[in-house]
Amino acid sequence: MINLTIDDKKIEAPDGATVLEAARLARIDIPTLCHDPRMKPFGACRLCIVEIGGLPRPVTSCTTPATEGMVVVTTNSKLERLRKTTVELLLSDHPNDCMVCIQAGQCSLQELAYRYGLRENRFKGAVRQHNRVDNNPFIMREQDKCVLCGLCVRVCDEVEGVAAIGFANRGFESDICPPFKKDLDCEFCGQCVAVCPTGALSGKMWAGQPRLEQTRSTETTCTYCGCGCNLTLHTHADKVVRVTSRPDNHNRGWLCVKGRFGYEFIASPERLTTPLIRRQKGGPLEPAGWDETLDLVASRLTAIRDQHGADAVAGLASARCTNEENYLFQKMFRAGIGTNNVDHCARY
Amino acid sequence: METQMEEVLEGIYQKTVAHGDNIITVLQEIQNAFGYVQEESVNWFSARTSIPASKFYGVITFYSQFHLTPRGKNIITVCSGTVCHVKGASRIISRIREDLKLGEDKATTKDMLFTLESVNCVGACSIAPVVVINEKVYGKMNPEKIAKTVKTYKE
Amino acid sequence: MNGEIIVNVCMGTGGIAAGAEMVMKAFEEEFASAGVENATVQSRCKLHKVGCRGFCAKDVLVDISVGGEVSTYQFIQPEMVKRLVKEHVIGQKPIKEWMAGEDYHVFHDNQTKIILHDLGKINPESIDDYLSVDGYTAARKALTTMTPEEVIVTVKNSGLRGRGGGGFPTGLKWSLCAANEADQRYVICNADEGDPGAFMDRSVVEGNPHAVVEGMIITAYAIGATLGYVYIRAEYPLAVHRLRIALDQAREKGFLGKNLFGGTFDFDIKIKLGAGAFVCGEETALIASIEGERGMPRAKPPFPANKGLWGKPTIINNVETLANVPPIISKGAEWFASYGSEKSKGTKVIALTGKIRNTGLIEIPMGMPLNDIIFKIGGGIEGDKLFKAVQTGGPSGGCIPQQYIDLPVDYEGLKSVGSMMGSGGMVVLDETDCMVNIAKFFLTFTQEESCGKCVPCRIGTKRLLEILTRITEGNGRKGDIELLQELAEDVRDSSLCGLGMSAPNPVISTIKYFRHEYEAHINQKKCPAKVCNKLLTFFIRPDQCVGCGMCAKACSVKAISGELKQPHAIDNSLCIKCGSCYDVCKFNAVIKD
Ligand SMILES: Cc1cc2nc3c(=O)[nH]c(=O)nc-3n(C[C@H](O)[C@H](O)[C@H](O)COP(=O)(O)O)c2cc1C
Ligand code: SF4
Ligand code: SF4
Ligand code: SF4
Ligand code: SF4
Ligand code: SF4
Ligand code: FES
Ligand code: FES
Ligand code: FES
Repeated sequence: MINLTIDDKKIEAPDGATVLEAARLARIDIPTLCHDPRMKPFGACRLCIVEIGGLPRPVTSCTTPATEGMVVVTTNSKLERLRKTTVELLLSDHPNDCMVCIQAGQCSLQELAYRYGLRENRFKGAVRQHNRVDNNPFIMREQDKCVLCGLCVRVCDEVEGVAAIGFANRGFESDICPPFKKDLDCEFCGQCVAVCPTGALSGKMWAGQPRLEQTRSTETTCTYCGCGCNLTLHTHADKVVRVTSRPDNHNRGWLCVKGRFGYEFIASPERLTTPLIRRQKGGPLEPAGWDETLDLVASRLTAIRDQHGADAVAGLASARCTNEENYLFQKMFRAGIGTNNVDHCARY
Repeated sequence: METQMEEVLEGIYQKTVAHGDNIITVLQEIQNAFGYVQEESVNWFSARTSIPASKFYGVITFYSQFHLTPRGKNIITVCSGTVCHVKGASRIISRIREDLKLGEDKATTKDMLFTLESVNCVGACSIAPVVVINEKVYGKMNPEKIAKTVKTYKE
Repeated sequence: MNGEIIVNVCMGTGGIAAGAEMVMKAFEEEFASAGVENATVQSRCKLHKVGCRGFCAKDVLVDISVGGEVSTYQFIQPEMVKRLVKEHVIGQKPIKEWMAGEDYHVFHDNQTKIILHDLGKINPESIDDYLSVDGYTAARKALTTMTPEEVIVTVKNSGLRGRGGGGFPTGLKWSLCAANEADQRYVICNADEGDPGAFMDRSVVEGNPHAVVEGMIITAYAIGATLGYVYIRAEYPLAVHRLRIALDQAREKGFLGKNLFGGTFDFDIKIKLGAGAFVCGEETALIASIEGERGMPRAKPPFPANKGLWGKPTIINNVETLANVPPIISKGAEWFASYGSEKSKGTKVIALTGKIRNTGLIEIPMGMPLNDIIFKIGGGIEGDKLFKAVQTGGPSGGCIPQQYIDLPVDYEGLKSVGSMMGSGGMVVLDETDCMVNIAKFFLTFTQEESCGKCVPCRIGTKRLLEILTRITEGNGRKGDIELLQELAEDVRDSSLCGLGMSAPNPVISTIKYFRHEYEAHINQKKCPAKVCNKLLTFFIRPDQCVGCGMCAKACSVKAISGELKQPHAIDNSLCIKCGSCYDVCKFNAVIKD
């Protein structure tokens, strides 16, 4: 354990913690833009600067390890002036399109602009120009809104292991793009979209749909594969309009292309919404109610077991069900029917 | 890709990556061999080394030494370092631009004979202003002198 | 005829640019043909190429030494060689009118040379020449008679501080590095020298590469590194070439490789070429570049001495710092500390350039007053103009005005007036230089060289440049000076690396000392030094104009009219103030005001 003082508060932080982590443990607020605890610190946005006793100039708390006896100041007029200038500089090279931007309400930059009350800008000047190349099916890139926090580049490299995008050029003309400024051609996992603090990256299918704030969220599990990633379904008027995932779950908020973007089937008219029963041999499948269906299944299973013994029945489930569902399924077969003939594609 | 080009690239691979050299060295070799860095050679190397093409592209666009388009036969580099600046580098540049009929945002002449570039100090400041043509250093230049010097490369 | 005859031809970049290779060839040919007639002369004649002696403006410089009597010739061209050989070498009568004048000697006599001592005297491509001036004796001494700790203590006691800009105590840095547990350590020589107006490191590597190699060997021994890198600019082909030769020669002699000097210590050096990015002179960016990445700095701590190249403890030192190490080991800490001022020991190599009579590479004891440098060694301002300021420290430094002309030049002195030593570039400015334009020049540079990682530097330097540009173009607004000051301070205080931290210095220092020039641009829309074209009016003096028509041809908007052989005139309503006519007129008939 390390003992340090932050804003006059005595704090205990675990060994290896950064100053930012220590402050967050103690619920002390420090603004950040390029930080995500799931990735290596980058130190680029300069918003998390703090003063540390004995050091001649402010340092970034996200990169500085906490040390025993350290005395940290996270806010004073000097630090706030520097932060405000930084945000003002960012906004001077930004379309300030919040009114029609998908990220409004969720945007870290918008939040900072609000926090520092930046209605006017002292630094109006040239802005970066970008040619949009977006023929890919999933991801919209509006690089003029990019603050170059590097989160997308880092997630694609460090987490996804793909490195489909990277930094290009330098200085004011710096850019995030696929090699040779081509269209994105990658896994389309959307991890980059998920970590982008601004509206620079977004899902194409989200455009014009209600913003996140307008939606209701439901926690659930992805039905696509045995990984069982946790999902948050965002619905509006009973329609799923976006899927996200929380960083504090077992998949740490990471999803794949199916989980993140493959949600349109939920509202498909071709999807079955009631059970179907074939009442006559050779006859059609007819919609039925759940009571009728479950009664039918129960009575047929009981009849088979009574006539041929429990081992005449076998149950096959799916890895795409949740653990809880599969648990209940095997319980029903073992305790309810009395057979061990139960299996699924990922094995019990 | 032509097999000839592939042979050159394989040669570069053996000379560099096989000895633990990094992609900056690889790109320097590619540029030495072809005069600029073509997309195909990056893709070839990316496949050969499993280093993502985005890393190559990031490096190429970061360092001013690398070029993605072909350059002229003669490279005229005008020093625009501090000393050359105060001693009139901009007048030399405008004279060369005029003589070679280069538009504002053009660096290479239509006939591909010359490319005009600038560099921040070649370390010969005491003979400023300095112009380097290919690898030859010309010191104490002025608009008249440079015009004459460039002419000798036209033949 | 008695005694040896030695001819030294200056073959630094400056010398070669002035035609030294041809002069060399002319000597060879002359000797060959003279040798036919006079075999005795030829066999006693030695022709050497030597490195830069610092006064490239007088190149090609040639020393002819007959029996120890040295005469130095300046501005030698190939066609002059015949007479030199005939009259001086064979006839033993020096040619007085071609010899370097008083200024050449004043320039050299006021210097104190430790680093540059052998430059211009030995052949940089010959290890034997270096050995003949006691080369590699310091490395041998360190490796065979001293412990690594003793080496570090000696360097600590000498007071040597980093010559690459920061001025960090070298011995202390080494001891921090050596204190780490590690299976591998590295030493890197920083020869990136990106400061636009500095050529100290280039000249040292070109003129005495073995001194740098020897310094690296001793450093490696002190910290326990087995591999070293020299990170050197690709724009310095001659330096790279000579360094390669030096490394090969050192390997051949057993000074690099396995079991150095017959002991158990192994060390070798690799060369890495920079690819054109000033920021790669910054330590962490340099490391990223050697690792094959974009040269984007990272936050410190951890410092490279603890976690550097490939995560291993790494010492990065500047060329000049390393070249100081062998003499310190040979002659002792006290000897070194006897030079210089209280907190800055030893000497500093300075690239003295700009509007000064004697431009060149000089070496002074730390603490020498600015006045002596500019008016004694430098011989004063060129063309009898008035001294205005001296810019030190390159893009990270500041401008020092007349009032501080007695300032001692050392780390503390320069810092106290808001400038810095930087790598040692010194550009002298005269009354015809506009300080707003100078600030704009440096911001153009840093803005282009910003790596783009952090916000204050990436966007802040761009905005500083935009404001400066509008001031120089007559669009300055009330409040712009204050805005510049505020933004400059914020960029300085919140940027990630040294580039952004120091990029505002030229703005801060020019506003501090030359605020009136800014005010003239903004309020009166005038450029007092008559540099900012957009604030000037161009016209032609009829009494000077011969009517050659050059200006009319150069004018892209056809604002100039006149009959051939008749005085021309500029229509100011059409003129876009590009300055082309001023540049092309050979008769000084175009005036700007
Ligand atoms: C933007 C920037 C550029 C630099 N360029 C150089 C350089 O060209 N050469 C150099 O020796 N040091 C340069 N430095 C300083 C180095 O980072 C480092 O401090 C130095 O090499 C350490 O060596 P020393 O202690 O021997 O001075 C630069 C620093 C910054 C921030
Ligand atoms: S990215 Fe954020 S600040 Fe920018 S327009 Fe969108 S909501 Fe506004
Ligand atoms: S969608 Fe996934 S693979 Fe594609 S760029 Fe984004 S993070 Fe990388
Ligand atoms: S696209 Fe988004 S995540 Fe990527 S660097 Fe820009 S702002 Fe950051
Ligand atoms: S200060 Fe400038 S050069 Fe340094 S990290 Fe920031 S953007 Fe890059
Ligand atoms: S160049 Fe000079 S001398 Fe010739 S016409 Fe123009 S102003 Fe007159
Ligand atoms: S959060 Fe620390 S610099 Fe961006
Ligand atoms: S400034 Fe041009 S050579 Fe240094
Ligand atoms: S190269 Fe001759 S004095 Fe510098």
